[in-house]
Amino acid sequence: MKNSTTDKNILWKLFHATFTLSAFTFGGGFVIVSLMKKKFVEELGWFQEEEMLDITAIAQSSPGPIPINASVIIGYRMHGLLGALVAILGTSLPPMIIISIISVFYQQFRENTVIATALQVMRAGVAAVIFDVVLNLAKNVIHTRRFVYISVMLIAFILTFFMDVSAMLIILACLAIGIIELLLDLNAKKETTGSEG
Amino acid sequence: MLLKLFFSFIQVGLFSVGGGYAAIPLIQDQIVNTLQLMTLAEFTDLITIAEMTPGPISINSATFVGTRIAGIPGAIICTLGCILPAFIICLTLAFFYYKYRQFSGVQKVLAALRPAVVALIASAGMAILLLALFNGGLSDISSSNFRGIECLLFVTGLYCLRRFKVNAIAIIFGSGVIGTLLYTFI
Repeated sequence: MKNSTTDKNILWKLFHATFTLSAFTFGGGFVIVSLMKKKFVEELGWFQEEEMLDITAIAQSSPGPIPINASVIIGYRMHGLLGALVAILGTSLPPMIIISIISVFYQQFRENTVIATALQVMRAGVAAVIFDVVLNLAKNVIHTRRFVYISVMLIAFILTFFMDVSAMLIILACLAIGIIELLLDLNAKKETTGSEG
Repeated sequence: MLLKLFFSFIQVGLFSVGGGYAAIPLIQDQIVNTLQLMTLAEFTDLITIAEMTPGPISINSATFVGTRIAGIPGAIICTLGCILPAFIICLTLAFFYYKYRQFSGVQKVLAALRPAVVALIASAGMAILLLALFNGGLSDISSSNFRGIECLLFVTGLYCLRRFKVNAIAIIFGSGVIGTLLYTFI
């Protein structure tokens, strides 16, 4: 009995969180990912920062909308298949409702100057939220004191921001770096165990 | 008709890797060129609306196209089509991720990936900041384009987030309300 109420509680929290995040995020997938990090890692404490970054990487590299992908993975993590379904429902309902209403009078909506101004200034708030999240994340990368990780972060930023290299390519390249690191590591271990034996 | 829409959006969902903007040319190809359900002008309006409203751009466009063509059922069918491939693929990936992530080898590879994800989020943040401050990209940076009100909102917003841990959604909405008021009365 107690178990089923906590189950319901988690599912409800999951729905509530994904619904509000989706209803209030303007802009691309990384905006919602920043908000998810704030909500699930900092507020609810459901998982660690590293896990959220892994989820972001998976969401970015699979086909489909990033927010949908991320919510499927988070839902699955919290409550299996049912959790994934609840999270996807929470993420897709707000845009469906809002767009269905707006599509009826979209001409007026598009030409309304107050709405246009509000949407332009809201970007400043969105940017502030992303910067807040990025500052925390970058601080943690620097705290690892690993030259490889810090330079990967800087180079990846320069490549994506200044040179328009696609996110997919960056992720693939870093996977390769990770695998090379792993192989070097295994090799080194083999040598030390070899010399001991 | 609905079935055709459904399969079009399954293709959109399946082949749009890397977020909303990747989906737009795919939707255009399916809806404007192949099925000819919308004119290019209507489609351009659609993109504007999808960018202006909250939520993922591809879900927004799917709902918009669906509603224009076949009402609410159309909206549901298009969104389902758009989501279904993502749902199946991500569920599979999530399954493997949680099955293998405790292995030290997998951890090592993932550790190299995380700084890159931080950079990707930072890059998206910078793009939005430029859009807010200069209403454009890197090439639009100049003192004549500079927007003071947005800069003020950004700095205050960031300060409130870091110093007082104000709720993120409150910051986004607060900047919308305060900024609109400032622009209306100044």
